[in-house]
Amino acid sequence: MSDMMQITDAGFESDVLENAKPVLLDFWAPWCGPCRMMEPVLKEIAEEHSDKIIIGKLNVDENPQTATKYDVLSIPTLLVFVNGEVAKKLVGAMPKKRLVDELAPWIG
Amino acid sequence: MSLETIDIAIIGGGPAGLTAALYASRARARTIVFEQAIPGGQIVTTDWIENYPGFPKGLSGQELGDLMLAQAEEFGAEIRTFATIERIEPVDLDFKILTSDGDEFLARAVIVATGAVPRKLGVPGEAEYTGRGVSWCATCDGALFKDKVVAVVGGGDAAVEEALFLTKFASLVYVIHRRDELRATKCIQERCFANEKIEVKWSRIVKEITGADGRVTGVDLAATNGEPDEHLPLDGVFLFVGIDPASDLVSGMLDLDEAGYIKTDHDGRTAWPGIYAAGDVTDTELKQVVTAAAKGASAAFEALRYIDERVCSI
Repeated sequence: MSDMMQITDAGFESDVLENAKPVLLDFWAPWCGPCRMMEPVLKEIAEEHSDKIIIGKLNVDENPQTATKYDVLSIPTLLVFVNGEVAKKLVGAMPKKRLVDELAPWIG
Repeated sequence: MSLETIDIAIIGGGPAGLTAALYASRARARTIVFEQAIPGGQIVTTDWIENYPGFPKGLSGQELGDLMLAQAEEFGAEIRTFATIERIEPVDLDFKILTSDGDEFLARAVIVATGAVPRKLGVPGEAEYTGRGVSWCATCDGALFKDKVVAVVGGGDAAVEEALFLTKFASLVYVIHRRDELRATKCIQERCFANEKIEVKWSRIVKEITGADGRVTGVDLAATNGEPDEHLPLDGVFLFVGIDPASDLVSGMLDLDEAGYIKTDHDGRTAWPGIYAAGDVTDTELKQVVTAAAKGASAAFEALRYIDERVCSI
C-alpha cells in the first residue's frame, strides 16, 4: 500500500486520530497552485515510507470542519498526527529534502 | 562530482525567465531554468490577469504560468523546481552555478530573472502569525476566511485587486492605507468603491498584528491624520505593501540602484559581460507580466549573441 489516503470530515477520527501509525495530513484545494506542486513530493514519500507513516490528503473545500478545527488558515498546511495529537505543523510548499528532514523523527 | 555544461542558465521561473527560456531553447541553446519554488513567479498567486494581450476575457495567473511553462518546455528548455542558487562564480568567460543541493553547472551565459518578493511590514506579530492569519496570498488563503472579517494592507493595484477577490469569501474586508487616496489604477478603484463589503480605513498605519492561541485576533492602527489610534478585531490580515527585488544573489557582482534593482540597458545587459537580467528584479519602470516577458526575450537574444560571438572569435 503506497497510495495516499483520502481523508474526509466523516472519516477523520477513525482514519487519522485513531490510526496506529503517524499520519501526515495534507490540507489542500484544487485551486491552490503550491498544493499541486506538493502532490508528487507527497506521493514519493508515501511510496518510500509506507511502513512508517500514512500520507493523507484532505480537500479543505469539501471538508471545512476539520480545516476549521485545526485552524488551517493557509494552504498547503501539513499536520503530523501521532496518537491523535498534532505533533508538527508545517505551512507552505517545500522541497522534498526539507520535508524529509522535518519528518525525520517518524521516518528517519 | 561531474560539472554539467550548459549554454544558458536562467535563474528564476516567472514570466521573464520562462520567456527567456522559450527564446533560448528555440535557438537550440541548452537551457536550464532554476526556480527556487514553483514555476510562474508572482502570477501564480494572482487571481486574474486581464491586461496580458491575447486573452480578451482574461485568465488566471496560474493558467498563464502553466501555459508559459508548457511553451518553454515544448522547445526543450529544462525547468528545475525548488532549485535555489547559492552562488554564481565567474570561471574565465563562463559561470559556475551552484545550487543549494550541491549540484554544479557551467553556463556560458546567465540570465537573472529572480523577480521580486512581497515587502514585509516589519511590525510585531507579522512573522509570528504568518500562515496563522497573516497572508501574502489572497488567492491561496482567501477561501479559508469564509464569513470572516479580514483586512488588506496597502493601496496599490495588488492590494485593491486582492481585497475585491476576498469579498467572494469574507463578510467584511477592510482596506488599510496610509494615505488619503489609493494608488491603484482608476478602473480598479471604481470597483473597490462600488463594493459594499469593502470599507477603506484611510490614513492608518499598522503598528502591530495582535494574536492569541496561535492565530490573528486583529491589528493596532495608528492614524496619520490626527485621529485617535484604534484596535481593529480581525480574523485575517493580507499584506500587499509593495515588492522588493530579489537581488541578493548578484549584489556583489552587478550594479544595483538604491532600491536594490539590477541596473540594465534596454537590451538586458548588466555591468558584467555574459550576465543579463530581466523582469521585476531590474530597474525598469513598469513591472507587468507583458514587460517581464518582453525583457526576457531581449535578454535571451543578447545572451545567444554573446555566446555566438565568443565561438566565432576563437
